[in-house]
Amino acid sequence: MDTAISFATPKSTPRRVPPTLESGVLLWLRENLFSSIYNTVLTGLAMWALFLTIPDFIAWAFVDAVWRTDDPQTCRDAAGACWAVIGEKHRVMLFGTFPYDEHWRGVLAIVLIVGMAILSAFRRFWSYLLFVVWLGVTAAVLVLLLGGVFGLTPTGTHKWGGLPLTLLMFVGTVVGGMPLAVFLALGRRSRLPAIKAICVGFIEIVRGVPLITVLFMASLMFPLFMPEGVTIDKFLRAQIGMILFFAAYAAEIVRGGLQAIPRGQYEAADTIGFSYWQKTNRIILPQALRIVLPALMNDIIRAFKNTTFVSIIGLFDVLGATATALEDPLWVLFALEAYTFIFVFYFVFCFSMSKYSEHIERDLKKGRNL
Amino acid sequence: MAETLNTMPNDSTTPKRPAVGPAEIWHNVGFRNLVYQVAVVGSILGLAVFMISNAQDAMQKRGIATGFGFLFQEAGFDIGEGLIAFKSTDSFLHAYGTAVLNTLKVSVFSIVFATVLGIVLGIARLSPNILISKLSATYVEVFRNTPQLVQIIFWYTIIAQLPPPKQALSVLDMAFLTNRGFIVPWPADNPAYLWMLLAFLTACAAAVLLSRWADARRRATGRRVRVFWLNIVLVVTAPLSAWTAFGAPVDVSIPALKGFNFIGGVTMSPEFLALLLGLSLYIAAFIAEIVRSGIQSVGKGQIEAARVLNLTPGDTYRKIILPQALRVMVPPAGSQYISLVKNSSLGVVIGYPELFNVNNTIITLSGHTVEAIGIMMAIYLSIALAIAAIINLYNRAIQIKER
Repeated sequence: MDTAISFATPKSTPRRVPPTLESGVLLWLRENLFSSIYNTVLTGLAMWALFLTIPDFIAWAFVDAVWRTDDPQTCRDAAGACWAVIGEKHRVMLFGTFPYDEHWRGVLAIVLIVGMAILSAFRRFWSYLLFVVWLGVTAAVLVLLLGGVFGLTPTGTHKWGGLPLTLLMFVGTVVGGMPLAVFLALGRRSRLPAIKAICVGFIEIVRGVPLITVLFMASLMFPLFMPEGVTIDKFLRAQIGMILFFAAYAAEIVRGGLQAIPRGQYEAADTIGFSYWQKTNRIILPQALRIVLPALMNDIIRAFKNTTFVSIIGLFDVLGATATALEDPLWVLFALEAYTFIFVFYFVFCFSMSKYSEHIERDLKKGRNL
Repeated sequence: MAETLNTMPNDSTTPKRPAVGPAEIWHNVGFRNLVYQVAVVGSILGLAVFMISNAQDAMQKRGIATGFGFLFQEAGFDIGEGLIAFKSTDSFLHAYGTAVLNTLKVSVFSIVFATVLGIVLGIARLSPNILISKLSATYVEVFRNTPQLVQIIFWYTIIAQLPPPKQALSVLDMAFLTNRGFIVPWPADNPAYLWMLLAFLTACAAAVLLSRWADARRRATGRRVRVFWLNIVLVVTAPLSAWTAFGAPVDVSIPALKGFNFIGGVTMSPEFLALLLGLSLYIAAFIAEIVRSGIQSVGKGQIEAARVLNLTPGDTYRKIILPQALRVMVPPAGSQYISLVKNSSLGVVIGYPELFNVNNTIITLSGHTVEAIGIMMAIYLSIALAIAAIINLYNRAIQIKER
C-alpha cells in the first residue's frame, strides 16, 4: 500500500536501470525467433537447413558461374552454373524462329503490350474506352508481327515465336475471353431454359477436362470439321482453344459477382424502365466486375501461366523456343541453367501481377470505390 | 422475372387484352423469348450438322472407318511402366486401362504429398516464428507464380543431371537417387505384411469408434474419458503384434548395384518422379494458402471463448478451430485436387505414359481421332466428376448441422 501512493513524493523512488532486453534487436529476436523452446528448436532447424543449401547454391549460381563465353568447353570445365547459355541463346529464346533481321518488330510488339499493361494498371484509365484501346493495340501488334503492309516483310504466324507470341497469346486470351465469359455468365443466369442449358453445358464440360485436351481438340479435330480446302491457321486454332478455356473459368467468377448484386439493384433498374441490356451494362456489370476483380486477376495470371501449354501442340512460345534453343548439341548440357532463367522470367511476370492484384484486393476490403 | 415487369405479360390481375394481331405478337415477351431460344439453338445445331457432315466427308475420302471396334484390335506398342502388365500384343482397350491407372497412380501420390506439404506450409505461414513464416511465404510465392509446365520440365532436367547408378546418391545405403530414378526398398512378398496392414486398419477403425464412444459418454455424463493415448497404443501395437505373431520376418528387398543398374527394391522412374514433384509442389502452394485463409477465417472471439472455457490448446484446435476452418477449406481444396488430376496430362511433355500421352499414340496408330479424343475427354470428365462428388459428400458431412 505504501509503495502505491509513493508517486506523491517522486524523489523517494530509486532510479531504475533502463531495461536492456525490452527493446531493440534482442527483443525482436526473442519475440520472433526464440519465444519458446519449441520455437527455438524450429529456428535452429531452419537455420541448419539454410546453412546446408544456401552457401552451395551461391557458389554454384554466382561464385563459380560462367557469365559470358562463346565456348561451351569453358562452361564444361567450370564447377558452377553456365549462364553464358542465356547470352548465347537469348535471341532464340525471346523470338523463336522469327527472322533475325526483323527482331526489332518483336521488340516493338513487346514494348507495346507491356506498356499497355502498365497503363491499364492505373485506375484513372479504367473505362470501356480502355478495352477499345486494347483492341487497337492488339491490331497494331498483329500488323507488326504479320507484316506485308507498310513495307514490312511478310512473316506468317508459323514464323512467330518467343516472347511476342507468349504475350500476344495472353492478350488475345484475355481480350477475347472476357466478353465471352460475361455472355456465358449472363446466359447461365438467364430465364430462357435453352440458353441456360447451353451455357451450363459448355462451362461444365470445358472445366471438367484438361486445357491440353481442349488445345489438342482445337489443333487436331478442328481442321477435320472444316469444309475441304478451308484451313485455319495453327496459331489461331490454339488461340481459340485458349479463349474457350479461359472463358469457361472466368464465367464462373463473373457469375459469382452477378449473384452478389442485391436484388434491389435489379428491381430498381426495372422500375426506371431500363431494358435488359441497359440494366446489365449500366447497373449490374460495373458493380459485379468490381467485386470479382481480385478473383478475375487470379484467373488472368493463370491464363498467363497457361500460355506455356501451347508449346505442347508445337507453337514456339518462350518455353517452346527455349526447348528449340537447347536442341543445339553444344549447349544441351546446360538445360538446367536455361530453364532456371525461364523459371525466374515467368516468376517476374506473374509475381508482379499477383502483387498488383493483392493491392486491389486490399483497397476493395477497405471499401474504397475503385 | 426482371424483364416481365416492363411489359406486364398475361398476369391474372390485369384485364385480358384483346387477341393480338401479327404486328403486336412481337411485343409478347413469351413469344420473343421463344424466338431467341429457337434462333440460338437452331444456329448451334446448324453449325454442328455442318461440321459433322464435313468431318464425315473428309473421313470417307480418306477411307477412315468410324466406330469403337478398334478398341479390341492389337495395340502394337509398348508402355514404359504400369501397374498392370501390358504387352504390345494386347488390345487398345487394355492400353487405355494401363494409361488410366498410371494417371491415377501419379495423381493419388501427388494429392497425398501435396496435402501433407500444404498443411505444414499453411500452418508454418501462421507461425509466430518469423523465419519459419517467411520461408513458407517465399515457397508459396515462388511455386504459385510460375507455370506448372515449367516446373515439371525443371524437375525433369534436374533428375537427368543426377549421377548415374554407379555414383548414385544413397540414403543410408538403402535408397538410391540416380538419373534412372529413385530406387527404394520394398517389403518382399510375405503374408505377414498383409496381416500387418489388416491389423493396422482394424486398429484405426477401433480407435475411431473408441473416441466416438468417449465423446458420447462425455456428452451424457459430463465426465471426460481420456482415450487419446489408448488409441495411440492400439494403433501402434496391433500391427506390431501381428508382425511378431508371424515370427517378425524382415523380408525387405533392398536395392543393390549389379553391373550398370540396380536390382531389387522398387524404382520410381525419372518421369514419374518429375511429374510427382511438378504436380504436388505446385498444388501444395495453393493448399497452403487455402489452409492459411481457413485458419484465419475462424474468429478471434472463438479462440478466446475456448480459452475462457479452459479448453486445452489441443482441444481448442481439434474442437473449435479445425471444424470451422475445414468448412472454408474443403470446397477450394477439392477444386485444386481436380486441377491436379487434369494437369497430370502434362506428363506427355516428359514422356510419362499417362492417359493423354497414351491416347496420342493410340490416335497415331489407329487413326480413330474423333473416337479416341471422345474417350479421353469422357474419362477425364468422369474422374473430375467423381472427385467433385466425393468432396461434396465430405463437405456435407462437415457442414453446420442446423435443425
